[in-house]
Amino acid sequence: MASTDISLTHDVHHAHDDHDHDHHDQHFIFKYIFSQDHKVIAKQFLITGIIWAFIGGALSTIFRLQLGWPQATYDWLEPILGKWIEGGKLSPEFFLSLVTMHGTIMVFFVLTAGLSGTFSNFLIPLQIGARDMASGFLNMLSYWFFFLSSVIMFLSLFLETGPASAGWTIYPPLSALPQAIPGSGTGMTMWIVSMAFFIVSSLLGSVNYITTVINLRTKGMSMTKLPLTIWAFFLTAVLGVLSFPVLFSCVLLLLFDRSFGTSFYLSEIYVAGEALSNVGGSPILFQHLFWFLGHPEVYIVILPGFGIVSEIIATNARKPIFGYRAMIGSMLGISLLSFIVWAHHMFVSGMNPFLGSVFMFLTLIIAVPSAVKVFNWLATLWRGNIVFTVPMLFSIGFVSLFISGGLTGIILGNSTLDIQFHNTYFVVAHFHLVMASSAFFGLFAGVYHWYPKMFGRMMDDKLGYIHFWLTFIGVYMVFMPMHYVGIAGFPRRYYSWTSFELFSKFADLNMYISLAAVIAWLAQFIFAFNFFYSMFRGRRATQNPWRSTTLEWTTPVNPGHGNWPGAIPTVYRWPYDYSKPGAADDFIPQHIPYSETASSNLPHEKDLA
Amino acid sequence: MITLAILFTLALLGVILYLIFRIQILGSVYRGTYNKRVSTSNKVNATLFVVFLIVGGGAFFWSFQDAKPEMTVPVASVHGAWVNDMFWLTMAVIGIVFVITQVLLFYYSYKYQFREDKTAYYYPHNNKLEIIWTIIPAIVMAMLVFSGWKAWTKITNPAPADAVVVEITGKQFNWLFRYPGKDNALGLAKHTLIDASNEIGIDFNDKKAHDDIIVNEIHIPKGRPVLFRIRSRDVIHDVYQPNFRVQMHAVPGMPTKFWFVPTKTTAEMAEETGNPDFKYELVCSQICGRGHFAMRGTLVVDEPEDYEAWLAKEQPFLEKNPDLLAKFKNAPVQVVTAGNEKGKIEEKAAL
Repeated sequence: MASTDISLTHDVHHAHDDHDHDHHDQHFIFKYIFSQDHKVIAKQFLITGIIWAFIGGALSTIFRLQLGWPQATYDWLEPILGKWIEGGKLSPEFFLSLVTMHGTIMVFFVLTAGLSGTFSNFLIPLQIGARDMASGFLNMLSYWFFFLSSVIMFLSLFLETGPASAGWTIYPPLSALPQAIPGSGTGMTMWIVSMAFFIVSSLLGSVNYITTVINLRTKGMSMTKLPLTIWAFFLTAVLGVLSFPVLFSCVLLLLFDRSFGTSFYLSEIYVAGEALSNVGGSPILFQHLFWFLGHPEVYIVILPGFGIVSEIIATNARKPIFGYRAMIGSMLGISLLSFIVWAHHMFVSGMNPFLGSVFMFLTLIIAVPSAVKVFNWLATLWRGNIVFTVPMLFSIGFVSLFISGGLTGIILGNSTLDIQFHNTYFVVAHFHLVMASSAFFGLFAGVYHWYPKMFGRMMDDKLGYIHFWLTFIGVYMVFMPMHYVGIAGFPRRYYSWTSFELFSKFADLNMYISLAAVIAWLAQFIFAFNFFYSMFRGRRATQNPWRSTTLEWTTPVNPGHGNWPGAIPTVYRWPYDYSKPGAADDFIPQHIPYSETASSNLPHEKDLA
Repeated sequence: MITLAILFTLALLGVILYLIFRIQILGSVYRGTYNKRVSTSNKVNATLFVVFLIVGGGAFFWSFQDAKPEMTVPVASVHGAWVNDMFWLTMAVIGIVFVITQVLLFYYSYKYQFREDKTAYYYPHNNKLEIIWTIIPAIVMAMLVFSGWKAWTKITNPAPADAVVVEITGKQFNWLFRYPGKDNALGLAKHTLIDASNEIGIDFNDKKAHDDIIVNEIHIPKGRPVLFRIRSRDVIHDVYQPNFRVQMHAVPGMPTKFWFVPTKTTAEMAEETGNPDFKYELVCSQICGRGHFAMRGTLVVDEPEDYEAWLAKEQPFLEKNPDLLAKFKNAPVQVVTAGNEKGKIEEKAAL
């Protein structure tokens, strides 16, 4: 079955290639803007993602200034922020829009679109041996829906009433009532419209990734010979397809409540001197729907990181990934469980405590496959021969951050302990380590590792090292002390803590965190410089600079449309034959048949092709 | 002028950094380090990981110990002590895992750095090992889940019948407190009845409301169960009291509750914390708008007899505001009957 499919696409693409030779000079617009080439689309996602990341980082820098130096005046920001500075102070409402937009931008636009969009697009066809995505056109639409969504979200930053400001989780009634907070006016409407387009983009992308992985694998590329990156992107796409539509319904009902007078989420509200007529709605319903996406979403963010890091650690430790099947199994387990743990965000939301017990049980089960992944990465490093390339540094950083952040999840997943920690800085510290920073490290690792394949040049090592160390140390300096603030009970999304005796301490610690955050943010400009500079002046890459086994390194240094100039290579072995005893070199690429490697074949491989 | 000077300095700094970067590249091209499989950077990075482990780990443990007195919130309720114990137990468990895994990660990185004369050990899997490190976390998790579940069930069980009832209503941006009065039953409240003088929207057609007491500061007795009945009149708020380890959302349209037993009076806490002005503070911990960060309420824990004395002195809200009732007297229906007619009456009263 699979093989017929593959030979079919093979033929089709041959025809396509000939066609391509006739019209080699595509018009600029179709080559770089409305491109249907997965590699170009990947770069579009990446660069848009990088721009968003700087905006998201800038927003967090502004609110960290406020939290670190609450007494300071910010007149000097007035040229940029205008009316948001009230008498030299940041307006509290603006502060809330900052945290809201920081969360929205980072979670969706950077770590979902920027991460999955980039690497799923770039690597799926290259690593499974396909000429392009199953549908280049849908793929192009996916980017342009994302672009449209980005433009709308970006414009909402400039509204007079401000962008959405009810927190990135946009819980109604706050997000439904402009009377309650100005950001819930046009800003919130634009948030919803933007997210609707975002969901369309994500679905178009995910459907394409799933179809491509299932149908377009080259000859010999069985599911158990796929690199772990592809498994990760595949499962990410499955999660996206199943959970994003729920967010769509969730925000659609919110839109109805806001604009058409329905009462899905609103009941018995008196606000701004007026009793509203809405009765019978439930704000808890919104939370269930939101977190039904929201929780799988954090795995949508982190799974690509799992894949990228597994691949890079194996390559640079010059050692097969330990427990390949266990790695796939744990990702499958995590994906499945991610759908049935959402209510751990709602232990004290007023839902039935019995549900709390069930969700606590399911949540803590997720720790098991996560632990397996960490142990397997450690076992991969053990007795390796590690080359510290920049991507390898970021991958080790990823594992470290994932451990640090993952462990505190065991505290928050326990409903009894969540009574104390719900909505405190402990939560903020936890997810910024395990999800945000880890995913960013996965993103950086991926960019540094596949940059030579994307642009045919290498990024500068030394700058990469500096970028890594500043970021790694900076991230820990920001988020480790943040746990202390959380244990002391400091609530999140607070403009300042001076109103409370309880929170009169830690002013110095908050200043320290802010300082570290600013440094870590500034360090990212080293990356930006390195990224754009190397595009034009970086050292030229060789065909397989990391001595890696996967198929993308069999393409030319600058692969054209269709990826391989000749036939697509056939795959004979799994992607992790590093340092195989008896082999001539310390890696055997996937397209080398066993018949050519008689000296290194294991007993059961002797009779294989 | 100063801005210009700053910009000029920054630009100059950028140029200098860029030059250093270029010289460094040219230097390494000249030395031919680009052609080697690994350069000295490999050893530097490997060493830095160990330095990071020791210095970073040391800094973390020192700062944790240093901040510990400040970060631990003194416990003042029965279940708060369980939560606290469970927290530190869990911290110990994850602390052990944290140390082991991080040490291995950075130690392996250092120990197995690239050497030209060495080959990595081809070791694709080991089922026994994998089963071991699946089962051990599973057992540890099961124990943590079990203890968490036991405590959670006890905490969320229905409150004892003799609990002191206090109603907390959240609004943008403060808390409103109501006691049920002598009949120990809270009168009905409706959002449509809310106005400047009747902030909770109490329906005084309901006789149970007549003795309800409204106060600015909660008083509760030490050692007796206290039940918070929590409501919100606009957006979601969150009643959070860190000392009691009490937290529950205040949801418009859906009353919630949380009960607990306070174990330390305000005076005792003042002594324990060394702060003579100590006050239990109610915090809002769910984003609720502009004033979210200042939504503070206060609470006093008295000795039971002091509490009774305080309560006896508090006048019912209606007695303090007799003209309120007049408004309800004028309403179309005044007779409150039990059962199925209640809804209808409330609706009419609302008109």
